[in-house]
Amino acid sequence: MSPKQETENAHTIAVLVDNEPGVLARVIGLFSGRGYNIESLTVAEVSHEENLSRITIVTSGTPMIIEQIKAQLSRLVPIHTVRDLTIEGPSVERELALVKVAGSGEKRVESLRIADIFRARVLDSTNQSFVFEIVGDTGKLSAFIELMKPLGLVDVSRTGIVAIARGTEAL
Amino acid sequence: MANEQMTGSEILLKCLVDQDVTEIFGYPGGAVLPIYDAMFVQNALRHILVRQEAGAVHAAEGYARSTGKVGVVLVTSGPGATNAVTGLTDALMDSIPVVCITGQVPTHLIGNDAFQEADTTGITRPCTKHNYLVKDVDDLARTVHEAFHIARSGRPGPVVIDLPKDVANATGTYTPPGKVKLKRYDPQVKGDLKAIGQAVELMAQAKKPIFYCGGGVINSGPAAAQLLTQFVRLTGYPCTLTLMGLGGFPASDPQFLGMLGMHGTYEANLAMHDCDVMVCVGARFDDRITGKLDDFSPGSRKIHIDIDPSSINKNVYVEVPIIGDVAHVLEDMIKVWKSEQAKPDQKALKAWWNRIDEWRAKDCLKYTQKGDVIKPQYAIQRLYEATRNLDDVFITTEVGQHQMWAAQFYGFEEPNRWMTSGGLGTMGYGLPAAMGVQVAHPDALVIDIAGEASILMNIQEMSTIAQYRLPVKVFILNNEYMGMVRQWQELLHGGRYAESYMDSLPDFVKLAESFGAVGLRAEKPGDVDGLIKEMLAIDKAVIADVKVAKLENCFPMIPAGAAHNEMLLGPEDKAENPASEDGMVLV
Repeated sequence: MSPKQETENAHTIAVLVDNEPGVLARVIGLFSGRGYNIESLTVAEVSHEENLSRITIVTSGTPMIIEQIKAQLSRLVPIHTVRDLTIEGPSVERELALVKVAGSGEKRVESLRIADIFRARVLDSTNQSFVFEIVGDTGKLSAFIELMKPLGLVDVSRTGIVAIARGTEAL
Repeated sequence: MANEQMTGSEILLKCLVDQDVTEIFGYPGGAVLPIYDAMFVQNALRHILVRQEAGAVHAAEGYARSTGKVGVVLVTSGPGATNAVTGLTDALMDSIPVVCITGQVPTHLIGNDAFQEADTTGITRPCTKHNYLVKDVDDLARTVHEAFHIARSGRPGPVVIDLPKDVANATGTYTPPGKVKLKRYDPQVKGDLKAIGQAVELMAQAKKPIFYCGGGVINSGPAAAQLLTQFVRLTGYPCTLTLMGLGGFPASDPQFLGMLGMHGTYEANLAMHDCDVMVCVGARFDDRITGKLDDFSPGSRKIHIDIDPSSINKNVYVEVPIIGDVAHVLEDMIKVWKSEQAKPDQKALKAWWNRIDEWRAKDCLKYTQKGDVIKPQYAIQRLYEATRNLDDVFITTEVGQHQMWAAQFYGFEEPNRWMTSGGLGTMGYGLPAAMGVQVAHPDALVIDIAGEASILMNIQEMSTIAQYRLPVKVFILNNEYMGMVRQWQELLHGGRYAESYMDSLPDFVKLAESFGAVGLRAEKPGDVDGLIKEMLAIDKAVIADVKVAKLENCFPMIPAGAAHNEMLLGPEDKAENPASEDGMVLV
């Protein structure tokens, strides 16, 4: 890290926490209280026996801010591990979206055709609508949603990013 | 007697005893009645009944800061907990170990907007190091032991345990501290030896070095202050201390440059600005220290020793960070310094000291005591002269001009003797803190150097002081203004003294008498020595009302947004240095 680097970059940070009440509030409170960005945040239990949850946060900031975010997160008592997947070697990232498109006629057929190109699955269908499930990186999901807009896009639900390092190592 | 069955209240008290707690500061209420009931039938813990919960936390802070132990607070739910919030935030900012037990409504009522319910863990989450809501009595012992571990280790801080009334009443199992597995929170105390090697190498090459040390030296324990003193003398380098660090290095040592920062000395701030190697020991580069960040010590390479990794590179980029406890790291640094036979460039060092001596020759703290108005600086200097050779003296302060004058004019030779609200700047801190210090050190001389505005913020604690016959001395510099507010209004807001005049002040002498204390007053410079002598001779609480110059300003001063080399040394400086637009928005 150099002293005066001002460019802001997005970082994906993986955090292993004790699955206890208030832990998410601690993390979110830290970000809002100190004025850091949250671009996406996902959380779910990953080990029932050890009572651990994993939080994946996408945030952005200068290198000094990112370092602060990681140090501040590490300071929270229920947090066990903090890893910056963006700078600590290669990682894979995925996001899932549910996309509802309503319409009829040619537009309806076109939405199905595009879904096929994007390898989106149809989870629900009525005469007037589809719910697609699509998995991929954020860019792919955004492109798909963009293409659905003129075809009758009515609703979107996205999970936010989950990420994991490549190779043999665990968090 | 492991696995003993008892009530939640009994478990709590047994935990406290097993954590070596002997005194707690508190105030009862509905949700903590079971705990008070359990306390009624035991003698191991002495409870000090405060008059408002904020006073309880500040008292616990004073107790903790003067003993190195964890301060303990017990308050009720709702308003009891919300009143404690200022003290908790204060303890967080100044890294003071406090465990605060708050009562809570029974678990089945939580979330129902019950009487005296507040979301205590929600409210205190950002103002504690950690907090807990205990919902199962069998978790209580483990929680309390972990809370003490967290409060006192690493960078110390306040921990809240929110205890619902039904959990306090339920029967459960006690687990002693040794049997509790603390699987989380294990801060690093030993510094990385490679970084220590680099630091020593950098220090040995320095031509214009400085030690800049803070509250971390005090928190690390008396050994840290001894090691720091040893290291500073070994190197021959100059040393400056932050407000929180005073006492970490002897004030009488010729290598001490005085306090640095907004109201620090000319020599300390200019040495910080011009140095080439800065050794920051347990301080955190906060805005009162750095002034304008872009111009902060522009030519130096920096070493930063801190137990909290989040303090590193937060405000100022440092070349050599060392994460660890001050005492441990200094011990290793001294070893390496000796084994490497580090030989600083004596010629350069001599030249550096010569420059420092030129800055010192400015005599930046000088003031003139003439006429028949008492200068506040004079009052503190006389207090210092009268008490400096006494054995056991503790000084607390409130917040404002008097606090800065106390920091400038009262010299501290050892740690844990100086209690002040540095980070949060809490007016009303000093009286309850002095009370806590006096509880911990019944035979010591404890003086709260106060202002007439601050003292009124927790004046109710005079009643506590009366109840426990605590011989606390309150030394008020009474200028009938919120002095620091007035000073900023004079220097930055065109002399428009909006709401900073303290009208309708009480007669402090009569006020003291109404609380069973002794009231004294000095109005002329000639009265000061007599007043101090009388105050020290009285074996009970005293309020000394020292009427001082109303419009005196605290100098030197680095205006907000200015750099270290843009100090105002006195009233004559202000015309040439109007505050910048950027500075005006800073606090």
